[in-house]
Amino acid sequence: MSAIFIMIGASLLLAIGFLIAFIWSVKSNQYEDDYTPSVRILFDNTTIQETKQETNNNTKKTK
Amino acid sequence: MYSNATQTKVTCYHCGEDVVEKHYHIKEKEFCCRGCQTVYEIINKSDLCSYYDLEQNPGINQKQEIRKGKFDFLDDAQIIKKLIHFQDDTHQHIIFYLPQMHCASCIWILEHLNKINSGIIKSQVNFIKKEVTIIYNFHETSLKKVAEALTLIGYEPHISLNDVSTDKVKKYDTTAIVKLGIAGFCFGNIMMLSFPEYFSLAKSDDIGLKTWFSYLNLFLALPVFFYSASEFFISGYKGLRQKFLNIDAPIAIAVLITFGRSLYEIISGTGAGYLDSMSGIVFFMLIGRYFQNRTYQSISFDRDFTSYFPLGVSVINEDGTEKQISVADLKVGNRIKIHNDEIIPADSILFLGKATIDYSFVSGESLPVEKSIGEIAYAGGKQTSGAIELEVVKEVSQSYLTQLWNNEAFKENKEKVKVSFIHRVSRYFTYFLFSIAAIAAIYWSINDPSKVWGAVTAILIVACPCALLLSATFTNGNMIRILNKYKLYVKNASVIEYMSEIDTVVFDKTGTITEQGKSEISFQGIELFETQSQLIHSLANQSNHPLSKSIVSFLPFSKRLNIKNYKEFKGFGTSATINGHFIKMGSSDFVLGKDSAQLISGSRVYVSIDEEFIGYFIVKNAYRNGLEKIVSSLHTQFDLKILSGDNSSEENYLKTIFGNKTEMLFEQKPEDKLNFIKHLQNNHKKVLMIGDGLNDAGALKQSNVGIAISDNTNNFSPACDAVLSGKNFTLLKELVNYCRKQKTIIFSSFVLSILYNFVGLFFAVQGDLKPVIAAILMPISSISIVLLTTGLSSFYELKLKKLNPDKSQF
Repeated sequence: MSAIFIMIGASLLLAIGFLIAFIWSVKSNQYEDDYTPSVRILFDNTTIQETKQETNNNTKKTK
Repeated sequence: MYSNATQTKVTCYHCGEDVVEKHYHIKEKEFCCRGCQTVYEIINKSDLCSYYDLEQNPGINQKQEIRKGKFDFLDDAQIIKKLIHFQDDTHQHIIFYLPQMHCASCIWILEHLNKINSGIIKSQVNFIKKEVTIIYNFHETSLKKVAEALTLIGYEPHISLNDVSTDKVKKYDTTAIVKLGIAGFCFGNIMMLSFPEYFSLAKSDDIGLKTWFSYLNLFLALPVFFYSASEFFISGYKGLRQKFLNIDAPIAIAVLITFGRSLYEIISGTGAGYLDSMSGIVFFMLIGRYFQNRTYQSISFDRDFTSYFPLGVSVINEDGTEKQISVADLKVGNRIKIHNDEIIPADSILFLGKATIDYSFVSGESLPVEKSIGEIAYAGGKQTSGAIELEVVKEVSQSYLTQLWNNEAFKENKEKVKVSFIHRVSRYFTYFLFSIAAIAAIYWSINDPSKVWGAVTAILIVACPCALLLSATFTNGNMIRILNKYKLYVKNASVIEYMSEIDTVVFDKTGTITEQGKSEISFQGIELFETQSQLIHSLANQSNHPLSKSIVSFLPFSKRLNIKNYKEFKGFGTSATINGHFIKMGSSDFVLGKDSAQLISGSRVYVSIDEEFIGYFIVKNAYRNGLEKIVSSLHTQFDLKILSGDNSSEENYLKTIFGNKTEMLFEQKPEDKLNFIKHLQNNHKKVLMIGDGLNDAGALKQSNVGIAISDNTNNFSPACDAVLSGKNFTLLKELVNYCRKQKTIIFSSFVLSILYNFVGLFFAVQGDLKPVIAAILMPISSISIVLLTTGLSSFYELKLKKLNPDKSQF
């Protein structure tokens, strides 16, 4: 049974990692505009030499 | 692929408007005007034609030409410094507001600006806010050139005096989302770690595991208690300090008691506590708050005259040279040059040129006013007939119009004036709850003193007014969302409640019940032959007078005619020889040689051809479609009043629509309007003011609910509580009545939640509330409240749905 102590702890640490990722994504204003990136991703990149578009990070909140 | 060959009506390849004159085309692509054609050429040359593939006719109509040198003021180092957001050795960052932005094509072209101006390094669009952030190398290009590049492709940036005011950057607030995220995270994990407890899996033989889980839960509950729930503590404490029991205080107490009891149980090893319920309810309440406060970002509700006034103005120095300075630096005695379609920034005296000033937005006068040299022109008016020179007599902040903003109505905070009924209800609820707790305490202290503590805390845990807060926030959030769908954009949730109490509706006239920039025109006289109407059209086309312009848009265009001897007599009319016919057009004095002193609504334009009188045009204000219908339906429910800055020439006509009893006041100054609203309120009226212009700003602010009507949500609208699209003006009564349902919905879901509370209380008063029961009741009641409010608000929406005339998005 002692394995479960470690397992629970590890799973919680993992989840906290995701929480930190979520907070970071919010703090870096990724939720400020939730429409434009959805359009931007559909554009053809053929005419753009330098792709300077910001990657669209989808961090998930964990339960 | 798009082809306009199949259509009988040719539309502009760029902007999609009907093509009237087939002058402008490149290959088989037709354009409605030279502007659109030019933009196409630039886009084509820059290899950006995908612009036209992403959406059909995505362009912005370019019929209104933009004056060269309009952005000269952006060369001024002071102005640049105030406008840009960031600067290093080579780069400057600027955020432009582009109200024209409307589709995916816009995003695409605006993010490829470096094809048009290679000095631009990166441009990124925020579509929701209609803003573009541009990073450019200021050694290669300049702010002025960036603005001109945008203008060149049809996106003229909107730069106003407001952009340089001190506290401009409204930072995107992330705390609400972070709090919500942390609460959600902790809630989920606490729930998971509590499963063994719920199902009694961890039997007493495994105490170690049980304590481990409990302490983990406690650890996870700390951020919820200290961070996520902090706003309830702060707001409750603030309320109590002002001797006011708001809804946050009992919630804070419930959270505090739950946490305290759980802490005690865990440390003493007597139980698992109710941390799951606590973090759950905090999480749900934060969702509700977030949902309610999510308002329409692209509409600003706090605009004052500074966002209407231009930023730069050309000042003429004594040696005759022109210099661009910021309007804020304008001094008395400065000589300024105002070009066509520009706004006069300060009260000044006309010095040179012909002034025809459109005050419709500022004072409500529907027809432009002609000014002669030496006369004073008030700030806010728009010059409509070429360039003029003026001498400033008052500084911007001291002018006739801007003084309105010094009124106290702009200083007090309306939110604080009235207390939402939610707080009142929560107070009764709290009293009720404390009495039950007291009864239970007395009962148990007689029968079984060991249970007192358990019962009292359980009662306070299970029945906090969280459900009321949840009902209110979810109902408001959902109603705001639905009202947005019908193009009524409210500033915040309390507007819905104010709206439900309205008993008087006050209308402004110009631009509110009349349609902005439109006039109704009819011809009385002989039946016009096509040749005659062509002659009149050609003559009217020569003049810039607003009446001529209305006539031009009224008569169909056919072809260009040969015009000779064109003459314009200021204040009288125009004459010319066209195709050999001598045509006169203007006042009856001018055309007939006698004055007809009839007082009728609207303005008349008399016409004669070859000295033979053929009839006259009547130009009237065009009232909004369906005005009569909406007025007669509003009459049954509200007191109606009209408050106009215009003269009373339309009074008789308005009486036929509004009836004789409706109070109508004309030639009202902005302060008069404000004071009239105040007067009504002193008589205990709850006033809804509907206006559109700067002259209504005071009245909109003072009234209980101020709705600004806007035919184009991108246009300027003064400070108000809500913005309504002109197309949905006819829905006004239904929208107000929809807001009235707010209380019904909140109460219904509150009653439902009380039923759950009774179940919880049933266990609680016995001092026998198991964490698992609390953990089941809490989410079930929360979810059913959310479902009920959503269902009810959508049900009441059905009535609106049937009537919605404008279903287009954005």
